Amino acid sequence: MEKAIKKSSLKVSENGLEKPTAAGKPVSTKRLEVMKTYKIYIGGQFPRTESGRYYIPTNAAGKKLANVCLSSRKDFRDAVVAARGAVSGWSGRAAFNRSQILYRMAEMLEGRKAQFIDELIQQDATKAKAEKEVNLSIDRLIYYAGWCDKFQQLFSSVNPVASSHFNFSVPEPTGVVSIIAPQGDLPAGRQGSLLGLVSVIAPVIAGGNTCVVLASETKPLCAVTFAEVLNSSDLPGGVVNILTGKPSELASWFVDHMDVNATIYCEKDSTVQKMIREKSALNLKRISLYDKINWYSEEGQSPYFIMDTQEIKTTWHPVENIAGAGGGY
Amino acid sequence: MVKAIAKKKSNTIKLNFDTSWSYAPAPESKSAATINKQYDLFINGEWQKPLSKKYFDTINPATEEKLSEVAEAGVADVDKAVKAARNAYDKVWKKMPAKERAKYIFRIARIMQEKARELAVIETLDGGKPIKESRDFDVPTAANHLFYYAGWADKLEYAFPNRRTESLGVAGQITPWNFPLLMAAWKIAPALATGNTVVLKPAETTSLTTLKLAEIIQEADLPPGVVNIITGAGETGAAIVNHADINKIAFTGSTHVGKIIQRAIAGTNKKATLELGGKAANIIFEDAPIDQAVEGVVNAIFFNQGHVCCAGSRLYVQESVAKEVIRKLRDRMQSLIVGDPMDKNTDIGAINSKEQLHIIQKYIAIGKKEGAEMYESSCALPSKGFWCRPTIFSNVAQSNRIAQEEIFGPVLSILTFRTDDEVIEKANNSPYGLSAGVWTDKGSKIFNMTKRMRAGVVWANTFNKFDPTSPFGGYKESGFGREGGLHGLLPYLNLIN
Repeated sequence: MEKAIKKSSLKVSENGLEKPTAAGKPVSTKRLEVMKTYKIYIGGQFPRTESGRYYIPTNAAGKKLANVCLSSRKDFRDAVVAARGAVSGWSGRAAFNRSQILYRMAEMLEGRKAQFIDELIQQDATKAKAEKEVNLSIDRLIYYAGWCDKFQQLFSSVNPVASSHFNFSVPEPTGVVSIIAPQGDLPAGRQGSLLGLVSVIAPVIAGGNTCVVLASETKPLCAVTFAEVLNSSDLPGGVVNILTGKPSELASWFVDHMDVNATIYCEKDSTVQKMIREKSALNLKRISLYDKINWYSEEGQSPYFIMDTQEIKTTWHPVENIAGAGGGY
Repeated sequence: MVKAIAKKKSNTIKLNFDTSWSYAPAPESKSAATINKQYDLFINGEWQKPLSKKYFDTINPATEEKLSEVAEAGVADVDKAVKAARNAYDKVWKKMPAKERAKYIFRIARIMQEKARELAVIETLDGGKPIKESRDFDVPTAANHLFYYAGWADKLEYAFPNRRTESLGVAGQITPWNFPLLMAAWKIAPALATGNTVVLKPAETTSLTTLKLAEIIQEADLPPGVVNIITGAGETGAAIVNHADINKIAFTGSTHVGKIIQRAIAGTNKKATLELGGKAANIIFEDAPIDQAVEGVVNAIFFNQGHVCCAGSRLYVQESVAKEVIRKLRDRMQSLIVGDPMDKNTDIGAINSKEQLHIIQKYIAIGKKEGAEMYESSCALPSKGFWCRPTIFSNVAQSNRIAQEEIFGPVLSILTFRTDDEVIEKANNSPYGLSAGVWTDKGSKIFNMTKRMRAGVVWANTFNKFDPTSPFGGYKESGFGREGGLHGLLPYLNLIN
């Protein structure tokens, strides 16, 4: 084939590739854009929903954003299995290592900044707002990367018990956390489908938990792209699992599951809040409601968010003969 | 004496308690305590007749004799108590300088210490626990708890970095019957130190020491309404939980009731601390100091008749030492003195109530039916009152109900294991996660185990130790929130940026 094509007959087309012409006539070709398939993220893989369902979110102008997976209860259960499987490995890592991985996530996000800005613009943000949101999201990851190996020191204690024991209390991750991320629909600039997502995931995994997250229903693009960032950040598969779909369908499963230890909900819907708190009684999930947080402000980040999915463990051990030891100095 | 010591084949010496060993009675005197014939409700600093007009009896579970009768608070009484607490919060307690608040709590602690003997006697008469436990553990620890939190009142700005704190308002508190006075102190002390006011209900079988605490609070001149103590059973508790003007619920009791409370407050802004049931794994490795471990097991399961939410009720013994541990445990059980709780030598007192005795007996029957091997000490039991011999089940399977469910009595389930990973898997395979224990001589193994066990309190080479400075509370279905220590402040505060 190649031999048959004479150099003189090659012309450079619009898209920069050389292509042959027939009988010297130029072929008019406009490059067909490759559209991205927005899939879900479970156990470090990008499957489609097992249900085979999809939905089509649109922007304010009514433009179709994508065919997005409409995740099912079964997808959630698969994701919980992946998240549970990842708990011991992730919580067992050195806090320093978790810190490095969160930092790596920030690096990857920085590197793909343009793509996120583009997606936010597709979802109705202005360029300035989109840039601000991505920058804040990157900085938020850096912020929590720094906390990974420090919050324990802040919230631990050595307890001066009156008996002859050494006694200390330390925070430990609660386990698997289900998160219904900020939906990003509320007053422009207040919520962010990316910033909100990053702001709720980061403290949970900084503390050694794993999670299953339901992305914004109406603005899901950045969540899926963020999964690609996670996938290339040395974050072990299963630590963060991201589903797309409808909170109205999935919220109750997020809090029903007996192998989930904590649930985070970020919307103001008081009916859902009540449902979540009621169902949490099933296995006494820890519930955090972040409906009043402005993720753009200083209050959108603090080590207290990490503590919301931590347990305090107190350990005792006898100290030999402390009373009778006399002066050892 | 010589006859009493028989040499076994091994190098351990077995004591024979069947022969000449007996203790002369050493009873504590009932006269050390004043118990009124009838108790009203302590609302707004005064003793008030219940609007419900109802009273119920409280008995001594060791003799089944009536000790007193106690008011049963109805919905209207609860409302009265909450109003008094709200009023005291708004008008007095919230505005009081923190250091003055502290001094009131110190004062209550001091009067408790002064009345320690009386409180111990009443605790034992009303609840059936051995006098040596109420005297040496319940009462002093309760007073120490108040003393500890009193000092926090004017130091809260140091407790939470970069945050200011504010009190919540009125705390509704419901305490269990196993450590009545101590649990009241656990609840009242941090609530007052953080600037909240209190409506507290003790369990219906053991109201008396909490009512005595109300007298102490009155004697301490605590402003009226800051602490209100109302008595009653489940319905009174429900009225507290459902009252619209309560900001926080603190409950210690069963996981079943804890879940009901969690559902009941779902649509409200009430905060909650739940300290619920447990089925603690207590693990003995072959390299453990066996004699000490056996003592630890006895303390873990037979302390307070096993009426302890953090009791070490699942014993995991490494196979190589299982025979030895069980033999020594049986011998040690035989030497436990079961009987009159007022006797200073008594190790195991009366079961708290007839209802609880039935629950324990039900589980013993289940254990036998499930095929586990039962052994109980051969001690004689008094003819009146509610009693249960110390009991162990060996050859228990992980799936047996006596290995899964909380019995809340002097009944131990023994299982065996071979490897670290196996025992961690088994120990954590429980919906509960309140406490755990491990016995080994190897330091690195201790940290390996204590880190991997999913429980809020982990005892290594010890068990059932408590201290006001030490946070207590569970993982998983054993509840949430902590009581004790710095961490015990947070459940009673809002943090503000």
